[in-house]
Amino acid sequence: MNAAMLSFQNVSFGYERNRPILQGVSFDLRPGRITAILGPNGVGKTTLLYLALGWLSAWNGDIHIDGHPLRSYSRLERGRWLALVPQSEHTPFDYTVLEYVLMGRAPHLPPLGMPTSADYAAALLALEQVGVDALAEHPVPQMSSGERQLVLLARAIAQSPRLLLLDEPTAHLDLRNKSRLIQIMRDLRAQGITLLMTNHEPEVVLALADDVLLLEQGGAPQFGPLEQVFTAESLSRIYRLPIRLVDVDGHRQVLWT
Amino acid sequence: MASSGELLPAALKNHRRERLLLAMIIVLLAVAGLSALIGRYPTPGLISWDQLTTDELAGRLVMNLRLPRLLTAILLGMALSAAGTVFQLIFSNPLVEPGFLGVSQGAAFGAALSIVFLGGSAIVTQSAAAFFALAGLGFSYLLARRLRYGGWVLRLVLAGIAVSALFSAGLGLLKYMADPLRQLPEITFWLLGGLASITWGRLLTVLPVVLSGLLVIFLYRWRLNLLALNEQTAFSLGAAPGRERWLLIFAAVLPTAALIALTGMVGWVGLIMPHIARRLFGAEARFGLPAAMLLGGLFTLLCDDLARTLLAGEIPLGILTSLIGALIFLALMMFQKAKTQQ
Repeated sequence: MNAAMLSFQNVSFGYERNRPILQGVSFDLRPGRITAILGPNGVGKTTLLYLALGWLSAWNGDIHIDGHPLRSYSRLERGRWLALVPQSEHTPFDYTVLEYVLMGRAPHLPPLGMPTSADYAAALLALEQVGVDALAEHPVPQMSSGERQLVLLARAIAQSPRLLLLDEPTAHLDLRNKSRLIQIMRDLRAQGITLLMTNHEPEVVLALADDVLLLEQGGAPQFGPLEQVFTAESLSRIYRLPIRLVDVDGHRQVLWT
Repeated sequence: MASSGELLPAALKNHRRERLLLAMIIVLLAVAGLSALIGRYPTPGLISWDQLTTDELAGRLVMNLRLPRLLTAILLGMALSAAGTVFQLIFSNPLVEPGFLGVSQGAAFGAALSIVFLGGSAIVTQSAAAFFALAGLGFSYLLARRLRYGGWVLRLVLAGIAVSALFSAGLGLLKYMADPLRQLPEITFWLLGGLASITWGRLLTVLPVVLSGLLVIFLYRWRLNLLALNEQTAFSLGAAPGRERWLLIFAAVLPTAALIALTGMVGWVGLIMPHIARRLFGAEARFGLPAAMLLGGLFTLLCDDLARTLLAGEIPLGILTSLIGALIFLALMMFQKAKTQQ
């Protein structure tokens, strides 16, 4: 059996002592699958991404990447395995989109190295894949938040990771860009990249996710294939709302009002 | 794969930036050469080649007074601008200047302390100013670690403001205690900054620190961009944001502290030059940093040329850099506004 790309075994964490946010989180992400983390605000979804990244250290439990403890990876190795697409990012400086996306090449450069023409090629390819290549010379701070979110994704793609962590990647996108992003994420999965995203939008989760991790305030986390975990009962429970799943023209839809 | 045709615009742009940097180096060298010849001896204006080769005093004047002085001016401008670029990037704030972490006020306090209580000889004043400039940074760091408020940047900024205020209170006290005829003017002149007392010997005492600090920053010029991003993002790109930031803060502050201890307060260079460099070269520090350093060296050198040639007496350098720097800053801001209003 292949080692899991990312595995959490009984992981717990909190920001203040005696106040755990995540408790007993266990799951195995198999390579080339998309997993959505769902749960109410403040339940620890972004925290879980930061744990997977190694930015935060778990109180206890084990986190493995490709069968090796996360801690055994050097900073640069980790940068070549994992990439993060943050929810938003602000800079007061007029970096162009290309300069910004080039920073994704950092873990592939020698110490104090500068990007080479191969890195430029990788950055341009990532821009093309996300469909913002026409904006390459555009200053990042002057873009809309939706465009900026696509640029952040392009930077993570330029990093050519094996595991992509995305924090609400569709939050600022209009419908057209949302459907474009869904297609990009499918393409990435087809390339064998493993994706782990937090998401609040049921239609995105239904369109994309192979597996779902449900986080519940004060309850045990649930992990499994979409069909088993993404049910009306479990959604109603974690959001404390009467939620129904209905089929419209063969598409599953979430009703919550 | 992207074809080479698509790569061309970016490559061309970098090529153009490199050529512009080279042109700036040539201008700086030319101005430095002229600066060595310009002055008020034997008559106001340029020393001719004839005088330089026949008049022994003129030769010694250029070698022993003007050369160390113009080198110090260039290094001072470079160090302040490099530190300004580093600080603005890692604090994600285009309005910070290199002295704000208690460094400038610390140096001023140290210099005044030496003038009032320690005799005020050049070397003692320089050492005291350098010591307290670094103490200012140290206090800001320790205080920031103990503050329980806000994020990394906010804590450090608050600590820097508090430490600067403490030192400036101390400076006020020292001025109050100083002998108004002898010591107070000396403190005032030190605070206004100037390069009149620079010798090869004094320049050499700070040269190792200055050059090694500037070298570290220069080698980091591309990686600096990563540290301008969110901490988590910088970490995800394989950086160690905490450690690398402190390395760069020290590499920026050490040359600044060493040089202002030697020259007194020279304001506005570290704030303005990074701005102008960004307008010419974009935000990317790979070009923006060396550009800011060259511009800062050129600006400080020209200001010092004015300081020593404009009047029969010397004009304090800090007055000129603030005056001209502030005018340039205002012009930049007005131009920027007009541009966004279109």
